[in-house]
Amino acid sequence: MKKSKGFFVLLLLMLSTISIQAAQDAEAVIDTGATAWMLTSTALVLLMVPGLAMFYGGLVRTKNVVATMMHSFVAMSIMTVLWVFFGYGMCFGPNVYGGWFGWSSDLFLMRGLDTAIEGGIPTYIFAMFQGKFAIITPALIAGAFAERVTFKGYVIFIALWGTIVYNPLCHWVWASDGFLFNMDAIDFAGGTVVHISAGVSGLVAALYLGARRGYPKTAMHPNNLVMTLIGAGLLWVGWFGFNAGSSLTSALSTAQALTATQAAAGAGALAWILIEGLHQGKATALGLVSGILAGLVAVTPAAGVVQPGGAMVLGVAASMFCYLAILVKNKLGYDDTLDAFGIHGVGGIVGAILLTFFIRSSHWGGEPDVAGQLMVQIKAVLIAAGYAAVVTLILVVLVDKIFGLRIPPQEEMAGLDSSCHGERGYGMLNAG
Amino acid sequence: MKLITAIIREEKLESVREALINAGIERITVNRVSGHGQQTSEELYRGQKVIPNLINKVRIDIAVNDEFTKVTCDTIIKSAKTANGGKIGDGKILITPLEECIRIRTEETGNVAI
Repeated sequence: MKKSKGFFVLLLLMLSTISIQAAQDAEAVIDTGATAWMLTSTALVLLMVPGLAMFYGGLVRTKNVVATMMHSFVAMSIMTVLWVFFGYGMCFGPNVYGGWFGWSSDLFLMRGLDTAIEGGIPTYIFAMFQGKFAIITPALIAGAFAERVTFKGYVIFIALWGTIVYNPLCHWVWASDGFLFNMDAIDFAGGTVVHISAGVSGLVAALYLGARRGYPKTAMHPNNLVMTLIGAGLLWVGWFGFNAGSSLTSALSTAQALTATQAAAGAGALAWILIEGLHQGKATALGLVSGILAGLVAVTPAAGVVQPGGAMVLGVAASMFCYLAILVKNKLGYDDTLDAFGIHGVGGIVGAILLTFFIRSSHWGGEPDVAGQLMVQIKAVLIAAGYAAVVTLILVVLVDKIFGLRIPPQEEMAGLDSSCHGERGYGMLNAG
Repeated sequence: MKLITAIIREEKLESVREALINAGIERITVNRVSGHGQQTSEELYRGQKVIPNLINKVRIDIAVNDEFTKVTCDTIIKSAKTANGGKIGDGKILITPLEECIRIRTEETGNVAI
């Protein structure tokens, strides 16, 4: 009897040890499918930044091509460093200062994340994925004031902008205690956080810094539309990481987001070339890629909540409104050089608001409340745009006055490649 | 009639073009060229200052009637010269006599065609 009692106790101990281990493993289980996809998405979104560099780079004059691409490349470097130091913490840490942004000291240098696993994926991946968004947003702004900013001023500006505009906005919309998140504002992959904020900020900066010398009388031609088209292709493919990756898993929602993304992009492109063909007599390559982007931007806040039909409507609507916005820009005569506001600002607003009418029925808990959601979306758009506009104006004025953001006229004429970098983009080409 | 060929620094093209247009000289042809002169220019490549063999310049060709030769040359010199008295590498102006000039659209020739 004594022997079997001892054996029984031993068995009990063994079983309890196994069940504790199983409980620990259940919390820390990695969903390898989701993790693999999120690793891929992170890489895809990073690839969008050189893609953007090529897209923008090809559109400026030869003498500014390297400098314009540098705006994207340097964003990759400085925003990464800031992200690791405190960017991730500001965006996804718990509320501080009344919820202005987040913070917790163990997120400094992402120290607390080394073994963290949440939702089946290592938190490092979530943090790095989000960090790519923090990189591309300021790079988008650069399109508004291309060909007329100093390199040093630009780097300082985006460091400040990322910290004071992007991080709070990201926190409000995507952190679990962010106030826009808790208002049920729908922004699946960054319509407000990335596109509206970049577009509006770009517009404010472009208006403050003034037009390029000679604009609009002097013709300023793209130096390499081939490169722009390649860049557009990289952006489209990378956008699957941007949107489908924002599902943060590898499941049905991922598939839904990918499908909506493709549908919107295709429809947007088709709509633009139809509009342009009818309006100008010829469909241009730049028009087609602008339509692609308009569609992609508009579906960004909506990718996880709309179905393909609705996504295509968003793409077409975005192309219509963005095309109009560019006509208005030409009429008013301001110099949003690469249409940061015309495409990203307007497209983001169109997407964020119109998505309300195409939300799939299973998204609603009970009865659909389109009117209520519409109010929430409009509020979120106004808050994001307003905050971005006001803070950007302050930052642009400060950076310009203290460090010099607008390039001096002689250096603008010589070209930024020579003035800021002492380099040339191409070996031997036509002048201009 | 004269053909004025100016070889100038690339970064001076905008200044020279603006100055010429302001002086009423608006018909030019521009080309990218490279060549040797007295200058040894420096470029940055992988963190090192290197001295290239052929130096990139811009060439402007302007056909003018004789009475416009001086104003054209003076304008170019003024806008293409580096500040503080000029530096080696500012360029050269070459003037060659122009035998004939024909406007393709109207087939006019001579002084009126320039």
